Amino acid sequence: MFSLVSFIPRAILQGMPLLFGCVGETLSEKAGSLNLGIPGVMYVGAMCGVIGAFLYEQGTEGQVVPFLAVMIPFLSCLAGALLMGLLFSFLTVTLRANQNVTGLAMTTFGIGFGNFFGGSLMKLTGSAVPSIALSATSNCFRKSLPFANDLGWFGKVFLSYGFMTYLAVAIAIAAGFILAKTRIGLQLRAVGENPATADAAGIDVNKYKYFAICIGCMIAGLGGLFYVMDYANGVWSNDAFGDRGWLAIALVIFTLWKPNIAIFGSILFGGLFILNLYIPGAGMATKELWKMLPYLVTIIVLVVTSMRRKREHQPPESLGLPYFREDR
Amino acid sequence: MDKTPKIKKEPLIKLSKREDLDRQQRYLYRALAIIAALLVDGIIITALVHMNPLDIYGTMFMGAFGTSRKVMVTLKELAVLLVISIALTPAFKMKFWNLGGEGQVLMGAWATAACMLYLGGRLPTGILIPVMFIAAIAAGAIWAMIPAIFKAKWGTNETLFTLMMNYVAIQLISYFIIKWEVPKGSGHVGIINQTGKEGWLPYIGTNSYLLVIGFVLLVTIVMHIYLNYSKHGYEVSVVGESPRTASYVGIKVDRVIVRTLVLSGALCGFAGWMMVSGTDHTITTSLAGGNGFTGIMVAWLAQFNVLVMSLCALLIVVLGQGAGEIATSFGLNEAFGDILTGVILFFIIGVEFFINYRIHVRKSGKEEA
Repeated sequence: MFSLVSFIPRAILQGMPLLFGCVGETLSEKAGSLNLGIPGVMYVGAMCGVIGAFLYEQGTEGQVVPFLAVMIPFLSCLAGALLMGLLFSFLTVTLRANQNVTGLAMTTFGIGFGNFFGGSLMKLTGSAVPSIALSATSNCFRKSLPFANDLGWFGKVFLSYGFMTYLAVAIAIAAGFILAKTRIGLQLRAVGENPATADAAGIDVNKYKYFAICIGCMIAGLGGLFYVMDYANGVWSNDAFGDRGWLAIALVIFTLWKPNIAIFGSILFGGLFILNLYIPGAGMATKELWKMLPYLVTIIVLVVTSMRRKREHQPPESLGLPYFREDR
Repeated sequence: MDKTPKIKKEPLIKLSKREDLDRQQRYLYRALAIIAALLVDGIIITALVHMNPLDIYGTMFMGAFGTSRKVMVTLKELAVLLVISIALTPAFKMKFWNLGGEGQVLMGAWATAACMLYLGGRLPTGILIPVMFIAAIAAGAIWAMIPAIFKAKWGTNETLFTLMMNYVAIQLISYFIIKWEVPKGSGHVGIINQTGKEGWLPYIGTNSYLLVIGFVLLVTIVMHIYLNYSKHGYEVSVVGESPRTASYVGIKVDRVIVRTLVLSGALCGFAGWMMVSGTDHTITTSLAGGNGFTGIMVAWLAQFNVLVMSLCALLIVVLGQGAGEIATSFGLNEAFGDILTGVILFFIIGVEFFINYRIHVRKSGKEEA
């Protein structure tokens, strides 16, 4: 039987990687940079976290210190994603390369990076384990509040998650606040809407773009880490992350570039993603059709917003365009 | 050249647009970038597998061209990547970001497979193959036309729309794969019409790839003529330069957008037809194998010149095959090729800057001319 109390936590677990990716991409897009490398960045973030955790677990033979077991993958994930962000900003901001092409190249590279090390890490480190299963690390990531189970449905729906779920929501709220209410956010949006005007107003366009892209990539990278360590119980299998990176980009459009809405949007997308499992009487084939839903919904949002032309629902004005002061 | 107004403190590095490089110099810059990228790739390989750097390139070359079978596989991969790159070119020349190549190829493949399954044996092969062909290009064209119409009428963002259409196509194909799977529950369609070979493109001699490679060669030449010597091709480049100029001179911009995308999608559908009918004889969701995306990069990097595009595609395919060879011989994952390709792409993307801009470094005390 369909039970909302078991459905919602599953939708949330599905949604959180998308939320990280979506908030990261939103920051970058608000600064006018359409980063199609996000799927790659999420793979790299996940893989760097896995490499960190793998080496640490190998070194300690499973006797992990919880604090280190969380911090090592967390920091290596952030470092890997930051490097990807720096690469994207260097190519598109400093060298003014085309954002779409650079982003796609990063996705090729990133997915290749994830799958290569995912398939070769044991071989390269000469370790005897048959597959990457980081259960000790994963347990630290998944640790929820001890009394969550005693609180019935409330505990199950709201308190049964590892810390990264709350981190995702906190980051989304913070990003929403910074974008909408602070001076930094205002200037960031100015850069994305019209960099020439922002430049004339004395805003350092390139600095804002660099920071927005790099921080965006780091947040997105955490989405990959969440997926392996929390959702997948620390088990890495190649291509399992799938198209979630693209779904995160779809979510940016769906939520109209607003991180606050993305919290609910991601849970809704997560729900749509697994809805096929709950359709009574749906065969294997029909389930595949149900999986189209998130993409179809995104297309509809895209079409409707472009038809209605409401100012506040449009993509940032200069999204995808490089900025060169001397061009004016 | 515009001069920046003199300010008291001159920045250390100043940039200006340059147009002084001739064609050969531009290609020299790009060639240097590729050499630099190959060196970096060599370092990565040496670091990972402790192989003598000089042997690496030899092994890679042998991986792509070592035996006549490998040569054919390399050529086939090249044909697929090249035809998709060429399919995407007219759209990009118009500055329409068709990221939906993957989905359009799949839809073409889907239509082909459907014809083979439902009409195979009922129609003579001489009629079946043209029917498949028409179905495939129609399916690809429709898939590209949908975003194009919305772009033309309402300015809907095509980058994101075409991207989403890929995943709609993938799910649609997944549905049909389960419908068509043989044996039931395997999740694979298997080789379609293996016994009767209905709807299979004929072999040339014993080789199943030659005909396909010939087709691609033909498409390449026709596209070159279409883009450079036809009225349509001219309209495409005017719309790409500036839609406003285009409408001033009487070009119906929305019609050009839809027409060009129909062409682009139809060619992607053609690629799908080629793979299902000519080489693979089956359909999977990964049939396009990321070529829809790689093709975008190839088309862009070649700056719409089909000859350069062929070389670019060759480089990427050889690298992929070579990396595959190294990966297999060291028991590593074959995604290795994607890492190496990524590095090459970053370098080629980056070098455009040095082709298009001149860097002035401030000299101490002296005014830069």
